[in-house]
Formats: sequence, C-alpha cells, structure tokens
Amino acid sequence: MNWNSPFMLTVGLPLLKIVILLGVVAFCVAYTVWLERRLLGFFQSRVGPNRVGPAGLIQPIADGLKLILKEDIIPTNARPFLFRIAPIFAVVPAFAGFAIVAFAPPAGPRASFLISDANIGILYLLAITSLGVFGIVLGGWASGSKYPLFGSLRSASQMLSYEVPLTFSVLSVILMAGSFRLDDIIQAQGKLPFLVPLILAFGVYVISAVAETNRAPFDLPEAESELVGGFHTEYSGMRFAFYFLAEYANVVLVCCVATSLFLGGYKIPFLPYETLLAGNPWLVSLIGLAVFAVKAVAFLYFYIWIRATFPRYRYDQLLKIGWKVLLPISLLNLLLVAGIKLAMLR
Amino acid sequence: MKVTRPELSWWERTYFPAILKGMKLTFSHIFRKRVTLQYPEERWTLPPGYRGQPVLLTGLDGHEKCTSCKLCQFICPPEAIRIVAGETELAKEKFPAEFDIDMGLCIFCGYCQEVCPVEAIWLKDAYELADYDRTNLIFDKEKLLALGRKPPYLPGREKPLEEGR
Repeated sequence: MNWNSPFMLTVGLPLLKIVILLGVVAFCVAYTVWLERRLLGFFQSRVGPNRVGPAGLIQPIADGLKLILKEDIIPTNARPFLFRIAPIFAVVPAFAGFAIVAFAPPAGPRASFLISDANIGILYLLAITSLGVFGIVLGGWASGSKYPLFGSLRSASQMLSYEVPLTFSVLSVILMAGSFRLDDIIQAQGKLPFLVPLILAFGVYVISAVAETNRAPFDLPEAESELVGGFHTEYSGMRFAFYFLAEYANVVLVCCVATSLFLGGYKIPFLPYETLLAGNPWLVSLIGLAVFAVKAVAFLYFYIWIRATFPRYRYDQLLKIGWKVLLPISLLNLLLVAGIKLAMLR
Repeated sequence: MKVTRPELSWWERTYFPAILKGMKLTFSHIFRKRVTLQYPEERWTLPPGYRGQPVLLTGLDGHEKCTSCKLCQFICPPEAIRIVAGETELAKEKFPAEFDIDMGLCIFCGYCQEVCPVEAIWLKDAYELADYDRTNLIFDKEKLLALGRKPPYLPGREKPLEEGR
C-alpha cells in the first residue's frame, strides 16, 4: 500500500485515525464511568465496584454487555422514528468534538495526533457540542411521557443559558492566544498555562461545563428525585447506553478541552521537553500524550469530586447563576483580557 | 419560631468558603475507614436475641417438645404455621403429627416463641434462607427438628433454653 498517494493522505489516513480515536474514546468513556463510580465510593467512605475483575476493572465491559443484551422497549405513546434516532443525535456530536483535540505534538508531518487541523477548531467545537441538546430534546419529546419532556425542556434552557458564559470564557482564551486553532492555543501556553492569567475565565468555564454536561450539582435534566430518570426515563438497552455514552463522552471532551485551553495541553511549564528531545519526535509525542492524559485525568478527578460534594441546585437558582453571575463575570473578564492585550500591542 | 440568621461577610456571601469546606470534607472521606462490609466473605456479628429461622426443639427424651397446642398457629400474624395434632403414648399425650412453617410467609416476629407454653419453638440466628423454588420454603416437622437439634448456633451464642425441662 502506498501511504504517500493522495488518496491515502486525504481519506485513508484520517479514516484510520478516526477509527482508532473512536475506539480509544469509547474505551476512555467506559473507564470514566468506572473511575467515577469508584471515586464516588471513596468520597462516601464506600469501596465502589470491586467485584468484577481486580478493583472492578472489568465492570464497564460487563455493564456494556448487559446493556447490549437488554430488551429495547419503545413505549406505545412514543413517536417511534424520532424515539429511535434521538440517541444518535446525542452521541454523534459528543464524539465528533474529539476531531479537533490535539492530544500530543505531531511526531512528523504525517503523524499528527489530531484528525482535523482546522484553524477554526474552537468554533467547530462550540458549534458541534451545542448540537448535543437536540438529541436530548428530541428524545424527551419523542418519549410521549411527561417526565422525559420536563427533563429535556430543562436541559434545553440550561444548555442554552450556559452556552453564553462558556463561549465568552473561551473567547478570552482565543484573545490571549490570538488563534482559533487548538494547537496554537496550546503552543501559546508554553511558558505559563492560561489557568493563571485567566483564572476567572477558568472558573466560569468549569461551572458552565458542569452545567453543559448536565452533571451534579446542575443535573436538573435527569434529577432522579424529581423526574424519575429525566430525558432518558423511557429508554432501555442499547439506546439508553447511547445516551449514557454521549453524556460521558461529553465529560471526557470537556476534560480534554479544559486541558487544552487552560491547563496547557501537552506542555510542561518551564520544561521545554520538545526542544530538548527534538531528535526523537516519537518520544516527544509519547511524553506529550502522557502529559495530556495526566492533566485530563486530573481535571476529571476534580469533576467527580465536585459531583461527590454538592447537592443539586434549584432550577431558578441555576438560571440565576448562569445569567446574573457567570455572564457578567465572563463579560468583565473578556473586557479585561481585551484591554490588557491591547495595552501589550501598543 | 424566630430564627436568627448569622450576618455573612462579603466573602462568605460568595459561597466560596462553604464550597471549599465541603470539598475538603468529601476529600477527607477518601482516607477514612470504609464502611462497606464485603458480605459473603465478611459477616456481621449478630446481636443477642436476633430473630432468624424458627426451629422446633427436642427434649432430652429425644422427642419434640411440642404438645400441639396450636397457640403459635393462632398467633402467627401471616398464618405461616400449619399443625396437625396427633395422639401419643408419651406423658404429654398430644404431639404434632405434622408441623409446617412456610418460610415464604414467616415474618420473623417471634410471637410463636413468646407464646409457646413449653418452649418448643425458638428463633435461631440463621438468616440465609433464600431459595429458587417456593415449595422448598415450606419446612416440615423433620426439617424444623433437624435445624433445632443441630447447633452450630453461631459462635458466641448462649444456648437457647435449659435442655430437658
């Protein structure tokens, strides 16, 4: 096979990367669930899943098998076509977002670790993750049941409200880096991760991201005590697994994006290992991948820690925080960053 | 009722102190002793007087103590006990020809033990009684007697009654 043919370069290689990435992401998602259950157990003085395999490590596989084998129930009141396709609407954007994440420095001109080196990467990311709400709204509405409908409506307004401060906090990062490309943003953090100068934006990003991914303390769309299971109440089997997968893929995506935007991606501050080991690009890539993974998992840990600590917000409180607190803070922050940037340019 | 609310400072009103305090608390739980009991391997020590499987007791003469007075059958709230009385040459003159307890119905209330005038029925501390078939849960006289004759009462348990009364 000729790897240098135009066909391979434009279609074959990206396809291969997509397949590998899908597998890796699905694996990471499964083990995110394991990590979450295990850590929640620790945070509550329990042990968490520890029966299936050593330390419960085979639990995600067992859960996946169980979900595949379960009956796929379509309620009589549901609109069957929409009910069937809604989970796909949820899962596709969650996975598509990974296309622009730069996991590691490229090992060569044709061995980059991102699928698409789009120079509007962040815009693509914001656009594609917003699409996820369609899956939730469609699923809730197509279920033909009141609790899923309530859950999906809540989800829609919540995600729309928090998209605004999230976008503004990301905008300040773009201002700092001067580029929409994720790799440029990571390169701009070589000396200092944006976490330090943009601590306000980081705070806004973390809170909005928790709300965007519908997780505790903002898990109102699936508030168990109020809405049974939320938008996926009527779902079972593989379709439920799709929603589950989408939710956790979004969590992993948020961790990856936060790592890239605020924690410096694969860069280590004050240690330019890329220039030190310039002769060995694959080693650089591997170290970069490891650094990225460590940062992302640390953020994930923080994410789960938040979930284990805080009780759920009331709905009006949620919207109040979004519009009256986070939005002004993020706007102020954007103004500040723009002013500083302008002063530096002069 | 009049509630006095503490005056919160500006910093406290941002909720950050409370948030940090909460996160510190949950974090400290990681290092605490786990409360989970790994059930099939680890067991809890049963408290004295634990009410588990009801059994029939045997006297020193080798016969069941029960005189078939049916008080337990009458008091049993879920009507789990069924007794068919029979005559015997023994001094007690009456004995249970059949004595069934439906363990699917039993609620472990211990009334049978309390009401029994001859202390012939007693609630042992066995609690793993599940079965896949309901018909297996109807314990007949032989089974109940065998369960009552057989310690092991779990370690640390005193014997239920003075034998041979």
